[in-house]
Amino acid sequence: MQKSFGSIQPADGKLTMAHLFVAFGALFIGAAAGLLQTLARTGKFTLPAGLDYYQILTVHGVILGLVLTTFFIIGFLLASQSKTTGGYSPGERKWAWLGFGLMLTGVLITTTYILLQEASVLYTFYAPLMAHPGFYLGLTLVIIGSWLEAFVIFHRHRKWKKENPGKRTPLLSYMSVITMILWVVATIGVSAAVLIQFLPWSLGYKETIDVLVTRVLFWYFGHPLVYFWLLPAYMMWYAIIPKIIGGKIFSDSLARMSFILLLLFSFPVGFHHQLTEPGIDPFWKYLQVVLTFMVVVPSLMTAFSLFATFETRGRELGATGLFGWVKKMPWKDVRFFAPFVGMLMLIPGGIGGIINASNQMNQVVHNTIWVTGHFHLAVATTVMLTFFGITYWLVPSIRGRKLTKTMNKLGILQTIFWSVGMLIMTGAMHWQGLLGGPRRSTFSEYAGNADTASWGAYHIAQAIGGSILFVAMVLMLLIFVNLAFFAPKGKEEFPVATADDRGMGTPKVFENWKLWIGLTAALILFAYTIPFIDIIQNAPPGSPGYRLW
Amino acid sequence: MKMHRYEKIWLLFGTGTLLVFLIIVGISAFYMGNQPPSCAVTLDPQKVDETPPFDQPGLKQIGEDEYQLTIVASAFNYDVGTEDKVVKIPKGSTVHFNVTTKDVVHGFQLVGTNVNMMLEPGYISTYTNTFKKPGKYTLLCNEYCGVGHHLMAATIEVTE
Repeated sequence: MQKSFGSIQPADGKLTMAHLFVAFGALFIGAAAGLLQTLARTGKFTLPAGLDYYQILTVHGVILGLVLTTFFIIGFLLASQSKTTGGYSPGERKWAWLGFGLMLTGVLITTTYILLQEASVLYTFYAPLMAHPGFYLGLTLVIIGSWLEAFVIFHRHRKWKKENPGKRTPLLSYMSVITMILWVVATIGVSAAVLIQFLPWSLGYKETIDVLVTRVLFWYFGHPLVYFWLLPAYMMWYAIIPKIIGGKIFSDSLARMSFILLLLFSFPVGFHHQLTEPGIDPFWKYLQVVLTFMVVVPSLMTAFSLFATFETRGRELGATGLFGWVKKMPWKDVRFFAPFVGMLMLIPGGIGGIINASNQMNQVVHNTIWVTGHFHLAVATTVMLTFFGITYWLVPSIRGRKLTKTMNKLGILQTIFWSVGMLIMTGAMHWQGLLGGPRRSTFSEYAGNADTASWGAYHIAQAIGGSILFVAMVLMLLIFVNLAFFAPKGKEEFPVATADDRGMGTPKVFENWKLWIGLTAALILFAYTIPFIDIIQNAPPGSPGYRLW
Repeated sequence: MKMHRYEKIWLLFGTGTLLVFLIIVGISAFYMGNQPPSCAVTLDPQKVDETPPFDQPGLKQIGEDEYQLTIVASAFNYDVGTEDKVVKIPKGSTVHFNVTTKDVVHGFQLVGTNVNMMLEPGYISTYTNTFKKPGKYTLLCNEYCGVGHHLMAATIEVTE
């Protein structure tokens, strides 16, 4: 070992930091685009430097939804795996770097084509809008790279198990494996769409594309993608926060079970994004709606476990009464405060999600800016605040530095700015959506009627929220740079909690990967086989590509 | 694997509520007919202009207080059959919307109503709405379709 205070092997630390640098670079670009969008929507601001609204909207979606999240998550999982299973072998590390290199190359290619105005197709790239083949090629490289890194995470878990026969695998390692299984199974769908449909079509080898098939494949990927963002946040909540507050994990086996359930029920649910589409049978829409709501069960388990941990710890510290424990929580510790605010925001975020997925009720809000408000609560607030909560200890602990009191205070301020900005922006988005305001649209007077003219105030509120968020983003970058380069040298803890199982062992069946992957596949086949055959058999003639920007 | 007693109660209550909720949604959809739009009728997206009724978009009365409104969407326009893109209907009318797109995916949202559906090339989207309140309702595109996406609009004017 080199002389260092680092919490994981220096070589593994470098690997994680490389991912985090890309992630925080993406945060800057994506959030800057977001600010410009909220300003442009007011109708009182013209975009600078010949930028087009839909071009920067594509940047915002791709850079934040795909780049920031994926790089941060893989970086965090690689570090967790290194911490709990004893570091990577040189071979594993090489594969991970190769994966990282491919991902970064892919991001650069895709971003280049967006900036060249060759791919203003938004991050969902719905056919038959046709981007430059380079856009799809870049995305493919990102996915292939991420698979290599997933393989490294699986391989390390497996090796640990072999080296420690009969022992329960570390919870963080187990959760990392589930998260990456979810990612790999999900990206198979979007890869199929890109490789079999979009690439040959955009290169001119195929004249037409089957629009509905591409959409079904996209949403087969699109919903588990959301859980892929959420699971690492759950890792922090389940397996790290208990240690930060000085308590224990409520139950190791229940934590594993909720991850398994999230994996199983993340896939057979994509139709709830396609409820108002003409080509899907209503019975299968409803069936997938029912399966969608199965996620309520692990969500309830998670809520119970987390608050049980908090309450148990509070009582250990002498709290009495029903809510006395609330006062005992370390509110001044940003590693707890930021993710806790994130948890609270998942309550309105979850309620909005229930409304969106409620079959016929979806029509009230489908593709309105309500939906944008919803996922800015769930992902951009809950998940991001938790990721920031991870950053506050992960970065200094890897770099052998300390999270100083000043940075801790700045982090609390950052959390407040971020959540206030989000509350203002998403609140206005939800209301405007209920009034019929569309998402993904720049300022317009439409037909000049009174209904659309009444939305002006909501646009102003969104711009105010967006401006506060921009300030919060700059604060976060300052903290990140400080923790990575300037904070005083020292030893910062990589918190890993232990379980309070009171003799309740963890059943071996949780490590039976064949069983869980098999069940996942069975549920996918159950929910998709018949409607997919139906969609292909009754398909209309395909569509040529359009470049309408 | 043991579970805490409170957790069992919590999960039982939660799952029970969920079950009631799903049954209500199901009854509303299948028994009361409140299904999301799922017409599933197809046509050739490149021959929309030659395929009836889309060769003649516009309003057609088909009964007392009952109309069929055929609309063709394209980048970046709704062809509602009138020059000024205003369709006038009397209060209390039931309108069957019959819509398709000639090029890319578009949205079809009538602000202030539950008429909200996706238009996909090759498919016909249908939905029925009864207009009880007079006023001007803006029809707009809520799925990104290109640089003029926010310029797609028309008006349904419900008259006294």
